[in-house]
Amino acid sequence: MKQPLLDMRGIVKSFSGVRALNGVSIQLGTGEALSICGENGSGKSTLMKVLSGVWPFGSYEGEIYFEGNLVKASSIRDTEALGIVIIHQELALVKEMSVLENIFLGNELGSFARLNDEEMHRRTSELLAQVKLNVLPDTPIRDLGVGQQQLVEIAKALNKNVKLLILDEPTSSLTTTEIEILLNIVSELKQQGIACIYISHKLEEVLALSNWVTVIRDGDHIDTRSVEQLTQNDIISMMVGRELDELFPREEHDIGKVVLKVKHATAMQAGATRAQVEDVSFELRQGEILGVAGLIGSGRTELMQCLYGSYDGRYDAKIELHGQSLTIRSQRVALEAGIAMVPEDRKRHGIVPIMSVGRNITLSVLDQYTSWFGEINEDQESQDIDDYIARLKVKTATSELAIKNLSGGNQQKAIIAKCLLTHPKILILDEPTRGIDVGAKYEIYKLMFALVKKGMSIIMVSSELSEVIGISDRVLVMHEGRLKGQFDHQGLTQEMIMNCAIKEDTANV
Amino acid sequence: MFKTIKTSQLQLLAMLAAMLLIVVFFSFATDGAFVSPRNISNLIRQTAIVGVLAIGMVFVIISAEIDLSVGSMMGLLGGIAAILDVWFHFPILLTVLVTVVAGLVLGLFNGWWVAYQKVPSFIVTLAGMLAFRGILVGLTDGATVAPTSSSLAIIGQSYIPSGWGISVIALLCLGLVARVYTRRQARHKHGVVNQAAKFEYGKATIAVSVLLGLLFILESYRGIPTPILIMGGLILIATYVAKRTSFGRRVYAIGGNIEATRMSGVNVERTKMLVFGFNGMMVAVAALILTSRLGAGSPAAGNMAELDAIAACVIGGASLAGGVGVVFGAIMGALIMSSLDNGMSMLDVPTFWQLIVKGMILLLAVWLDVKTKKAQ
Repeated sequence: MKQPLLDMRGIVKSFSGVRALNGVSIQLGTGEALSICGENGSGKSTLMKVLSGVWPFGSYEGEIYFEGNLVKASSIRDTEALGIVIIHQELALVKEMSVLENIFLGNELGSFARLNDEEMHRRTSELLAQVKLNVLPDTPIRDLGVGQQQLVEIAKALNKNVKLLILDEPTSSLTTTEIEILLNIVSELKQQGIACIYISHKLEEVLALSNWVTVIRDGDHIDTRSVEQLTQNDIISMMVGRELDELFPREEHDIGKVVLKVKHATAMQAGATRAQVEDVSFELRQGEILGVAGLIGSGRTELMQCLYGSYDGRYDAKIELHGQSLTIRSQRVALEAGIAMVPEDRKRHGIVPIMSVGRNITLSVLDQYTSWFGEINEDQESQDIDDYIARLKVKTATSELAIKNLSGGNQQKAIIAKCLLTHPKILILDEPTRGIDVGAKYEIYKLMFALVKKGMSIIMVSSELSEVIGISDRVLVMHEGRLKGQFDHQGLTQEMIMNCAIKEDTANV
Repeated sequence: MFKTIKTSQLQLLAMLAAMLLIVVFFSFATDGAFVSPRNISNLIRQTAIVGVLAIGMVFVIISAEIDLSVGSMMGLLGGIAAILDVWFHFPILLTVLVTVVAGLVLGLFNGWWVAYQKVPSFIVTLAGMLAFRGILVGLTDGATVAPTSSSLAIIGQSYIPSGWGISVIALLCLGLVARVYTRRQARHKHGVVNQAAKFEYGKATIAVSVLLGLLFILESYRGIPTPILIMGGLILIATYVAKRTSFGRRVYAIGGNIEATRMSGVNVERTKMLVFGFNGMMVAVAALILTSRLGAGSPAAGNMAELDAIAACVIGGASLAGGVGVVFGAIMGALIMSSLDNGMSMLDVPTFWQLIVKGMILLLAVWLDVKTKKAQ
């Protein structure tokens, strides 16, 4: 075999003792495309961060050879100079600037005092023609759709003399036609000798586009195969192929009457072309754990935000709680109605980092301790804090320690304590165990079962399929904003969920 | 032992050290005139206005906002007080009441724009800075409103009769010790480890002796100046509001992470508006002290006072990023600023040097803060 363009050998990357990548090796030749598949959190992004220089040389084990030379990058700038360009899922364009300005941002032509506008204009037109984007170079980015912006990103990469283009879930927010255009462009780039690494959950695209498919699971390199030998089902079973072990302490509990009915939930960002949640209806019963699965971007988090009144766009839903219809326009209304939520993004929406553990826990229920002139009864407050810290086994030196000093698992337990103090009837947990060690996970599962036994209902959103199956009584699967399937946990397999969440259902498109 | 000292306490110690340094330096430079009872009395009387402004401002800064309008607002409210007093001969209590309510309304106006209309506070209060000054000049026709009545003069110029002053201070000292005791009891009850008794009571002893020392010095001049008593009262109230009420707790939470606070069901908009309302009332009190001291309402009164107030908060350890700050720190910041003013004036340092030095101190204080935070 001739010398490959890219050769990553035995990459190992650990974060504080936990191996995120455990000896992954990939090879790629000029003009070839490699797809990397794996569940959320399997290590794909980490691998790309190693390759693109976000994690500098020396912070990982193993070697990377590019065009035969050992790569010793210390930042993204170094790898870009080599011709490795990564385009992230969240686009990195400056919305208020024009296409031209974005393409040349940081690489402006001309002298410091005077920019060479004519030359940049000419180059931009060429690049836009190359990616078949029919807009003027002066168009502001904010006037372009997401798909068009994606193409501008590619044009920007081409301007940097890209040899290896990494696309991280490029199509997750695109429409079918936009995807088609993008895939055509990538095929043409391949013919021009540009190699491509493609990260996607959409297996049809993976099979259509790539020469090779690498599957990663829990940081392990499962296999790399040529697409000719693969079907969608092969990839799925390679992605999930893990036994359900004793991680999930399922306990029997009674499920009662319907407590919550959601009908025709629809949510859309202002100015967006696609709804993030589209006409979703479901029911929740007393004492039930309802799992919600789906890929990131499938609308599951947005659906939960609608129920909790925290969605920041326009949304509409008929919600009935205990037979009474309800309009939830703010978090306060939700909490008063008995709905509490542990948000997905712990740092942004969960904790007030510099405040103490105790004060974080009582933030939602301060009024309970407050006298008529506003004084907090600290005696009463401390009692509740101590009580919940003990009940949820939050490991902290004192309740007065700033919560940012706690581990992720203990922060999460404190946030759950905050929710439980409001005595909710419905508890929404959005990715409750993300970034949490196994011990804390187990405790959270135990707690969930204890809560439903007392008659609480729980909705749990999770990317971890084993968790969804291991904990839930019933599972909803979302795909592109729609509810695509409902399953009972009995007899449910990860493959069934994956099939439902990933495979393009031709009847639906 | 050293590890048990928290950042906030470290900051407090640094501030006390800076204060001590300033006192020692100016005492030597002025051959002791700086620490004469007369000068100390004047110095802390001068601190009262910026101090009261800083009390309001520190809440605004803790909530991660800013208020640039307080200088103009103080001028306007002082002008209103002078007009009520001089032109309409309102009784003093009514003048005070109307001024404070006007301050509340102006503050809530600022707060409404910031909290509900989502206009950045920098812009809202910059607009207020211009507009309030304009209203003041319009109301007074650009002329000084004088002379104010002798009853209004009580607020800014009088002294507390010595018997009263001593009892107030004695009560305060007792209250302080009692508070330390009950707090220790409460913590003990909840199994929270107390700091060494020596340490906590030692701190209380130092505070008591400072208070008594101050009382002694002030009494040997003319007694406790009324504005200082007002400021002292407001310090107590504001500290109570910040530390013991749910409102104060929410202000810190909003400054620490507004999104998480909103997710916790807190009405962040209302809380923010009330912060500005509270600030407006503090501005009104400062305005009354100012007008009373000047004996007049002047169209230029309070010019640039917002910058002194902000500087006092920041020197006192408040972070413009929000979530951090204490009332006492802001007062210390105000005291440091006015000590510099006072000392340099006594040494006949030209005004331009005074400005340069104050600017440098501000920069230095924040730089030190940034450095120590990074080091952690």
